[in-house]
Amino acid sequence: MKTITEDFEKTVKAFPERVAVRDEVTALTYSELMLQAKAIGTVLAGLNKRHAPIALCLKKSPLLVAAMLGTAYSGNFYIVVDDKMPVERIKRTFSVVEPAAVITDASLTENIRATGTQARIFLADELLTTPPDEAVLEAVRARMIDTDPLYCLFTSGSTGVPKGTIISHRNVMTYVEWVRETFEISETTVFGSQTPFYFSMSITDLFTTLHTGAELVIIPKAYFSFPIKLIQYLNEHQVNTIYWVPSALSIIANLDLFKYAKPSFLQKVLFAGEVMPTKQLNYWMRHLPGLLYANLFGPTETTDICTYYVVDRQFEDGESLPIGRACNNCDVMVINSDGAESAVGEEGELYVRGSFLSSGYYRNPEKTAEVFVQNPLNPYYPEPVYRTGDIVKYNERGELIYCGRKDFQIKHMGYRIELGEIENNAVAAEGVGVAACIFDAAADSLVMVYEGKISQEELLAHLKQRVPAYMVPNRLIKLSAMPYNSNGKIDRVWLKEHLNTME
Amino acid sequence: MEDLIKLLNEVKPGVDFTKENDLIGSGILDSLSIIQLVTRINDEFDVEITPLDLVPENFQSAETIYAMIQNAED
Repeated sequence: MKTITEDFEKTVKAFPERVAVRDEVTALTYSELMLQAKAIGTVLAGLNKRHAPIALCLKKSPLLVAAMLGTAYSGNFYIVVDDKMPVERIKRTFSVVEPAAVITDASLTENIRATGTQARIFLADELLTTPPDEAVLEAVRARMIDTDPLYCLFTSGSTGVPKGTIISHRNVMTYVEWVRETFEISETTVFGSQTPFYFSMSITDLFTTLHTGAELVIIPKAYFSFPIKLIQYLNEHQVNTIYWVPSALSIIANLDLFKYAKPSFLQKVLFAGEVMPTKQLNYWMRHLPGLLYANLFGPTETTDICTYYVVDRQFEDGESLPIGRACNNCDVMVINSDGAESAVGEEGELYVRGSFLSSGYYRNPEKTAEVFVQNPLNPYYPEPVYRTGDIVKYNERGELIYCGRKDFQIKHMGYRIELGEIENNAVAAEGVGVAACIFDAAADSLVMVYEGKISQEELLAHLKQRVPAYMVPNRLIKLSAMPYNSNGKIDRVWLKEHLNTME
Repeated sequence: MEDLIKLLNEVKPGVDFTKENDLIGSGILDSLSIIQLVTRINDEFDVEITPLDLVPENFQSAETIYAMIQNAED
């Protein structure tokens, strides 16, 4: 098996009439999805390009999935562009990838043209009328290999220039096989998809669906503000597995939603993308006991995930969850500042090796060389590994504990401090919904930004009882509205930039 | 009502909430700002807006939000 499309066709053959992907308005069965993907693939193959970037600017929908697969059929790779993204940011992305073609819809073509791109612009629904040309698609496939790129996923680089991680067919195929075996995903699984398709977390539910014959139910974003509807929607489609960002799970806990409505079919609750606060997790586990809860961890550069922890015991509010151990067929190493393996309890940087690993960033050899490096424990033969920039350590149980980002780890009053630990203790307070701790390096002060019912004085008193004096924030800012970035995570960059203008 | 307009402007500055009557459809109030708004309303108006009140119809305009608060006060 070389390509994701071959893997997909195996599923189509087994479950042609089952729904593969649906949203509020459309549902595509596996055979319908294949037909649409092949139609799009046939047109794109006509461009006579190999390994060329195709930008997909469409709203999250079954049609977008068809365009992703269609790009794969054509031997090229896709970049999903947020349909709400400002023209300037699209322009910056396009300046890196220079797409050979853009697939979009009528409502967005003006935005695409405004970027000044020279690429051919196709309207997705018009592509669907093309009859698939099997001979052309077969000729493309015959030349493909499993390390050919499948997609390029952009994350905001700290310098403001977006970084595009290249992920291959093999990366995704190896990764989803781990997801399948670990969480027993099958044709009976119905995923409730929360994360955008331009965010690495969506690879897990989307491609595991296509690998196993499961069903992917796209949840309209608005339902996270109308949560009764959200629960009704989950129940209507019998969603039994979710993989959401902790912020989305926390909305439900903070509203005490399960007092009013409960998801009746849910069996597995997976989360990743940011630290899951244990208070909100405990709310879920109290109201929906007996489900599988798992904390997944990893960067875009390892397809999505490199370590995981299935919750197997009780945690106090404010205690942190382990990130567990390496996924099967993926290996991690904790490397200390001397370049050797850290002892148990000793902090070090997390390195990852194996087939989940990206080959690097698109048109960015400098950045690639910085983080895709020779395995420091292997002087014998070439073996690239990825430096995550995450600081972790092993506990006595042999579980990995996340300590923070290398760039988040700060030194304050001579102490090394993990901001996440302060945050986790803040959200454990009664009446605090969300909290982010920012280090204001210029003022050498810890700033706690939070949203909740209690006053600054009350939160301060709470923290003083729970963290050492040097970790007590110097300033507390109560916000009515915590800012979130387009992935649904707390927007720390914005907070950092507005430290002196908030309040 | 004035207090509400003030609060709305704090959550979403730069919008004339006395005029807008399609806050959801126009995307002015997105999913997270609604949750934040409700938290603030519960605090500052000392009412309990429950998840049952969180339906699009209640968030179309400042007026419908105000009506929802008054309902919750009863």
